[in-house]
Amino acid sequence: MALVQEATRRPVTASAGVSFEGVSKKFPDGTVALNPVTFEVESGEFVAVVGPSGCGKSTLLRLASGLTKASTGSIDVAPGKLGYVFQDATLLPWRTVRRNVELLAELRGVPKAEARAAASAAIATVGLNGFEDKYPRALSGGMKMRASLARALTTAPEVFLFDEPFGALDEITRERLNDELLRLFADRRFAALFITHSVAEAVFLSTRVLVMSGRPGRIVADIDVPFGYPRASELRYDPAFARIAGEVGAALREAHS
Amino acid sequence: MTSVVLPGAGPDLPDGPGVAVAPGDAPEKRPSLLGVVVPPLLLSAAVVGVWYLFSYVILKPSRRFLLPPPQTVIHTSFLEWNNLHPLLQSLALTAKAAGLGLAISILLGFAIAVAMSQAKAIERSVFPWAVVVQTVPILALVPIIGFMFGYNFRSRVLVCVIIAIFPIITNTLFGLQSVEEGPHDLFTLQGVSRWTRLWKLQFPAALPNVFTGLRISAGLSVIGAIVGDFFFTQGQPGLGILINTYLNRLETPQMYGDVILSSLLGIFAFLMVGAVSKRVIGAWYDSARGRAA
Repeated sequence: MALVQEATRRPVTASAGVSFEGVSKKFPDGTVALNPVTFEVESGEFVAVVGPSGCGKSTLLRLASGLTKASTGSIDVAPGKLGYVFQDATLLPWRTVRRNVELLAELRGVPKAEARAAASAAIATVGLNGFEDKYPRALSGGMKMRASLARALTTAPEVFLFDEPFGALDEITRERLNDELLRLFADRRFAALFITHSVAEAVFLSTRVLVMSGRPGRIVADIDVPFGYPRASELRYDPAFARIAGEVGAALREAHS
Repeated sequence: MTSVVLPGAGPDLPDGPGVAVAPGDAPEKRPSLLGVVVPPLLLSAAVVGVWYLFSYVILKPSRRFLLPPPQTVIHTSFLEWNNLHPLLQSLALTAKAAGLGLAISILLGFAIAVAMSQAKAIERSVFPWAVVVQTVPILALVPIIGFMFGYNFRSRVLVCVIIAIFPIITNTLFGLQSVEEGPHDLFTLQGVSRWTRLWKLQFPAALPNVFTGLRISAGLSVIGAIVGDFFFTQGQPGLGILINTYLNRLETPQMYGDVILSSLLGIFAFLMVGAVSKRVIGAWYDSARGRAA
């Protein structure tokens, strides 16, 4: 199983997973989506980005993945596999869960047996066993997101980009998926860039939180989150957690005043 | 096997109430057989009742030939072989023209829609012509077609194509273009070719719209076959010519028999498309609600 070997073989290095240097984005219509930003996400680091809607958070991911070209500056993404989890589950409704999870391998021309094995492993990882032959319409919002996550996992990503993936879910489901994502992160140690507008989610998941101002976005604060992994759900009610969340919240408010 | 399996994520522990059902979808009550069968039957009975009312009460016996009662129509048209035979022959001919016309419309309309989806320039130059073909009255075209290509089977098929192709083009094109940005990005990130994108993303996504177009076109093709035939008034008779013949001879029972066969042909085409649609996309697409998930 390629997926498993990939996860265990790779040594944890301090090389940069993603690095932005003076990157800005101006759309053809003249709107400035992003003022120059500079930051790095190292391998094994989980960086969350919080900011108000329309501040260019998602643009960061589109730039990192190459879906959009930067207007200025340079972007370095570790060569290798990139995982992208979208805001919507973006499952193809005409494919079953299994065929959806196999999609990326299929599009890349991976042999069928290999694609199937990687899909089965990923489906097991996100806990969707027994739902392989269901169509997306039969799944709840949380389960769709699990399938979407499984699809991204099949490429054994070393750099993982998350675009508010749990934003549309209810809080209970969101917290559960947060817990599970962290277990995955503790095990595989990819470089993660996670966009969210929830302060609590950002602090709970990440090793660092970047706070962005309103449009045109720029980074106004870079706050370390000193908790180790794995993290227990109860961390959310810890005074230390509250202090850091308070710090992030204050930086957000400051950016808007 | 050192893969971590996330505990507590199994299907035994649902994400929330209503697992495996999209939120907000309460389990639906199945309508009872009584509710499914009785109302349509009542309406059908009412229609036949009105028919009898006209035949026996409103029309004087001397004018009853204008609308003979149902049993006369059925008896004369369908139970007397001398009358049924030409009707069936015409039905076969018309069905053949409509079927062939529809098949050509599907292939051609689909190809045109795909070409239009691949380049704005093609869309801009072809679309006005599709609209023109759609808006020119078929009655104006039929004599020209007959004049140019002869009053033969081929011309009848051509009329069907002209009348049936437009909904296929527009619905297919709409479907191909209606894929959202997210799935497109997903494919872009894998560096796929435009043909892979078309074949694995746009084409399946367009299927529900394709079938919507097909449903309309199937009916139109039947109409085209009958109308073309009716106005050609020459060549081997289909159901259209036969209507004219019965009208001229005042053989109204056969005329109504012809009308009944014509509409049965249309209904058959409609049901066929529905059955194929259900087979192809029924597993993932809810036609009644017009959505996938």
